[in-house]
Amino acid sequence: MPGSASAGPPVEIRGLTKAFGAVRAVDGLDMVVRPGAVTGFLGPNGAGKTTTFRMLLGLVAADAGTALIGGRRYADLARPTAVVGAALESASFHPGRSARDHLRTYAPFAGVDDRRCDEVLAQVGLSDAADRRVGGFSTGMRQRLALASALLGDPEVLVLDEPANGLDPEGIVWLRTFLRHLAHERGRTVLVSSHVLGEVQASVDDVVVIAEGRLVHESSLADLVALATPQVRVVAPDRAGFVALAGARGWAVEPQSDDSALVLSGATPAEVGAAAYRAGLEIHGLAEEGGSLEDVFLRLTGGDGVRP
Amino acid sequence: MITALRAEWRKTTTTRMWWLLAIVLLGYLAFLGAVMAFSLTTDPTAMTGGMGSVPDLDGRAVAKTIYTLAVSLGYVFPLVIGALSMTGEFRHQTITPTLLAEPRRGVVLGAKLVVGAVLGALYGVIGTAGAVLGGLPFLLTKGDGAFLDDRGVLADLLFSVVALAIWCVIGVGLGALLTNQVAAVVVILAFTQFVEPILRIGLVAFDPLEGAQKFLPGAAAEALAGSSLYSTTGMLSLLDRGWGAVVLLGYAALFAALGRFLTLRRDVS
Repeated sequence: MPGSASAGPPVEIRGLTKAFGAVRAVDGLDMVVRPGAVTGFLGPNGAGKTTTFRMLLGLVAADAGTALIGGRRYADLARPTAVVGAALESASFHPGRSARDHLRTYAPFAGVDDRRCDEVLAQVGLSDAADRRVGGFSTGMRQRLALASALLGDPEVLVLDEPANGLDPEGIVWLRTFLRHLAHERGRTVLVSSHVLGEVQASVDDVVVIAEGRLVHESSLADLVALATPQVRVVAPDRAGFVALAGARGWAVEPQSDDSALVLSGATPAEVGAAAYRAGLEIHGLAEEGGSLEDVFLRLTGGDGVRP
Repeated sequence: MITALRAEWRKTTTTRMWWLLAIVLLGYLAFLGAVMAFSLTTDPTAMTGGMGSVPDLDGRAVAKTIYTLAVSLGYVFPLVIGALSMTGEFRHQTITPTLLAEPRRGVVLGAKLVVGAVLGALYGVIGTAGAVLGGLPFLLTKGDGAFLDDRGVLADLLFSVVALAIWCVIGVGLGALLTNQVAAVVVILAFTQFVEPILRIGLVAFDPLEGAQKFLPGAAAEALAGSSLYSTTGMLSLLDRGWGAVVLLGYAALFAALGRFLTLRRDVS
């Protein structure tokens, strides 16, 4: 089991629908998650991400449609936690149980022994807290224990709901590296939800964006980035000169609260640098801005009031 | 199923609740055993406030009454620990990882019912032992002896354990039906400490329903145990042992089935 590099099964969702009363939480959702990549499942709060996960995992019954893992429903898997490791948002532990005992409680289902419990605790950096009761854990520690539970059966598919919530910056970097390793070197299928694109931007290969229960975008991260208008931050003594230059070149000047810099939309740093050189304008700083990817996300999910 | 049982056993024994309640049960029953043994060996009418036709209580009947006190007055303990096994999952939301590990909800409930029976039997041994240990000093000194070599009395001890085991199974079913921990505990306390005692005495006073009290779960459990504080003091009558077992198991099956098909079918979110 551990150490195998076989490709994990894909996750295929077709026409998945769930209504809570009059609210269509998930509405005819279609998506495919491929093995060997980290897929970001994105959408604002209430977009239907958690409900989709819960239907995929058989906790919530779908009104219509299917959610299959390697062609089978979760409930039909012979030993589900050895195939799919899941950590859901409401990370759930008995406060009086120790971290190790929490894992030992679920170990029989995954078909693993106590040694494997200690192994995953070490993997998520909780070895020192193994015998402490979970009631005293911080949010970040709970998040790590939830991940340890998901890893217990060395699953081929990982489904993680907002796994970076409550992690410190160091933990986020570790999680990113770890998930990329599992997907790229071990061929696992990794599906990670988030409501903040920036949070997963550095770790995902593919993105699936949903809003109001519907698919609004599905592509590689590179294709999503291509949708963004490039932006450049310029620090220069002659502001007026740059505003005039931008006007001449057709670049938009974004309103800024800070007087020392300008942000130009529709330009790359190379273009701005070249143009400034020809115009004889002095530059003190020149940098690419990531902010506009958030704008794409907002535009896709209707966050700015405009549906694509 | 073996996997689910192993996991469920670990789940039960890795928290402190089961042994905390067991210690309280032992202390409570030892206390009750002592108090009741003292009272019944002193003045049998003291327990009923003069109600019922107090028969001539022989030493054997007194011993049987004391030894089955856990069934008459201590059954709330296995009932609560049984209910907690299910309501705790919902309270701490461990129902999510539990159903991820074993999506077949019937298997999850089945494992809890079996572990409930085992834990209930353990509580039965502890509660019954508490009543015996508490009562013995008075039975031996003030009463007519311990009667621990009497086959009938020994049978009462055995079936007292069985009755308490079934109470724990009923608790698991009740927890599956209610799922809300506070609601389950309130219902258990209200029913066992208030509703059933009043119903049992009230129904006797109301002619057409006089026999109905025998079919209440507490009365059925006492029938299974073979003796009860209520019956030996002449207040109430019981079914015979076999029917008591049938009725009590019927309640266990009813609650488990209701929990499985009404509550555990729902979405878990």
